[in-house]
Amino acid sequence: MAVIRDVMPAFDLLQPSSAADAQKLLQQHGEEAWVMAGGLDSFDWLKDRIKKPKVLVDLSGIDELKGIRTTGVGVEIGAMTTLTEIANHPVIKSQYGLLSQAVELVASPQIRNQGTLGGNVSQDARCWYYRGGWPCYRAGGNICYADTPVGRNREHAIFGANRCVAVHPSDAAPALIALDAKFVIQTPKGERTVDAEDYFLGPEIDITRLNILQSGDLLTAIRIPSTFSGAKFYFEKVRDRNVWDFALMNVASAMVVSGGNIDRIRIVVSAVAPKPMRLKAVEDAVRGKAADATTGTMAGNLAVQGAVPLQFNAYKIPLMRNLVKRAIGGVQEATWTS
Amino acid sequence: MDFITWAISPWGRTVPIHIAWYLIWVAVIGGLLFMIVHALYVGIFAAPKKFTKNDSPAVLAAVPERVPRHSLVARAFHWLMAISMFALLITAFLPKVGVKFDWVTYHWIAGLVLTASIIFHIIHASFFLDFWSIWPDKIDLRDAKRRLLRSIGKEAPPPDRFAKYPLENKFYHAVILLSGLAVIVTGVFMMKRVNTAGIFTRNPYLFGDMTWGMMYVLHGLAGVGLIALIMVHVYFGIRPEKLPITKSMIFGYMSRDFYLEEHDPKRWAVEESSPPQKGYAPSDAD
Repeated sequence: MAVIRDVMPAFDLLQPSSAADAQKLLQQHGEEAWVMAGGLDSFDWLKDRIKKPKVLVDLSGIDELKGIRTTGVGVEIGAMTTLTEIANHPVIKSQYGLLSQAVELVASPQIRNQGTLGGNVSQDARCWYYRGGWPCYRAGGNICYADTPVGRNREHAIFGANRCVAVHPSDAAPALIALDAKFVIQTPKGERTVDAEDYFLGPEIDITRLNILQSGDLLTAIRIPSTFSGAKFYFEKVRDRNVWDFALMNVASAMVVSGGNIDRIRIVVSAVAPKPMRLKAVEDAVRGKAADATTGTMAGNLAVQGAVPLQFNAYKIPLMRNLVKRAIGGVQEATWTS
Repeated sequence: MDFITWAISPWGRTVPIHIAWYLIWVAVIGGLLFMIVHALYVGIFAAPKKFTKNDSPAVLAAVPERVPRHSLVARAFHWLMAISMFALLITAFLPKVGVKFDWVTYHWIAGLVLTASIIFHIIHASFFLDFWSIWPDKIDLRDAKRRLLRSIGKEAPPPDRFAKYPLENKFYHAVILLSGLAVIVTGVFMMKRVNTAGIFTRNPYLFGDMTWGMMYVLHGLAGVGLIALIMVHVYFGIRPEKLPITKSMIFGYMSRDFYLEEHDPKRWAVEESSPPQKGYAPSDAD
């Protein structure tokens, strides 16, 4: 496709100074509006001239959407808080270290300085056929170019594919689901709070979006309850280039262990499905069992049940098995198997 | 305003990908307008029906109180087809108008049910029923002309009563046959594109982008056409003067009075002693 690179299409730039104004603007302009947080996803689309919104609503001037506030029941993180601030925040590091570990592994320091938590969890799919502007299902067309006999699908889904096989690219998302976070959304009908795992959409429900945000909706904050404060956390991201890359897969777990046994646990794997995948069956299976390699092995084997690899991503099955095993049994106790 | 949505393929060709979804509302509005205009015409302007009747006493004596019209098999087919058609329309178009749910699996399963029922119907109608009773004949066309002339106040002899099916019913059957076959044939090919639990082996390379695009467009056009057609079908099904026909699709028979009023025993002979299946037409399901 002939694309004029690096020259953005013309649009009206709107820079509200309050969340209420931003939400009104989004409501006013509906499908014609594009929400920009840190701009790291937006500028790709705009400079490639694949998305051509008439109006761009820049959230960077809204101070109320920035910052981390501790509350009696946890912490509230403004959607426009940068990933660097989250990674370095003392309360996040000490009580919710899973999230600080996750966001610290996002891309590069420069990107983390600019990227926001709201933008990270709301970014679009990274499938190159889709990002390249090809008319695939996710772009409103009638084919998945990645899910063809010669399609390049090494990074794509082994679970939950439904015509589109793209995976969710966020590193912060699995950590937030594991921490049982709540997403606060301003809608034309008022404020709405949803569980983190319900924020993400699979292609079976809506193939053109990765989250539940409708036009006119604005993600304003993410609240992390104290449920897993100070728990045992595990986050691991596997990527081709350790200095800067999207995940081939990542795993996030939050575990409360008492007497050596798993009392409570939430475990989430991402980049294996079109949305971050919480492993409820694994959670049920390991609850009450010892947090050791034996349980981890059992959990890993259970986690990959039902995986359907594509032409070039069968490696994700042993990778997922081992990541889940390490998330429960710990790195030291696990042995790598294929 | 384009009624097809186009895209640029990876090879730089402009290809169709599907219909423009506003056509859903065009079909709905078209169906509603038809109903309103028809209801106004029948209620205000249309003259009462008048047919030529010259039934002999022997013919009258042979007509039972309950005239069998649709066999149990034909009725079962009709309602199975109706359920699958509604399932197809709901799963196809509700997500397009904002009601989001996991629709693809339900859609292709309903499509398979519809396909199987249509194949059954074609075989049943071709080899076990009176195949030609649903197709317009010369008398239908002659009577249509007479009815048209009389409706605009011109001189013309009264038309004969209908055979088993009125001409409008036959036309409707032909149109829904075409649109139904279009969605089925294109839909079966489209199942090569999605995961069907192993029933079809996926092969997105079966056709080129242009052919696939035309297939999606034809599927969509026939689909939105079916919205209007089904709306009209349901409308006629609940109109008071058509209720005896609708009831016959539930209970299998119509009354002697209605039969003699609307149907010509010479064109649709019914023998009280005849087995119910004999003489049944391919559009028993309509």
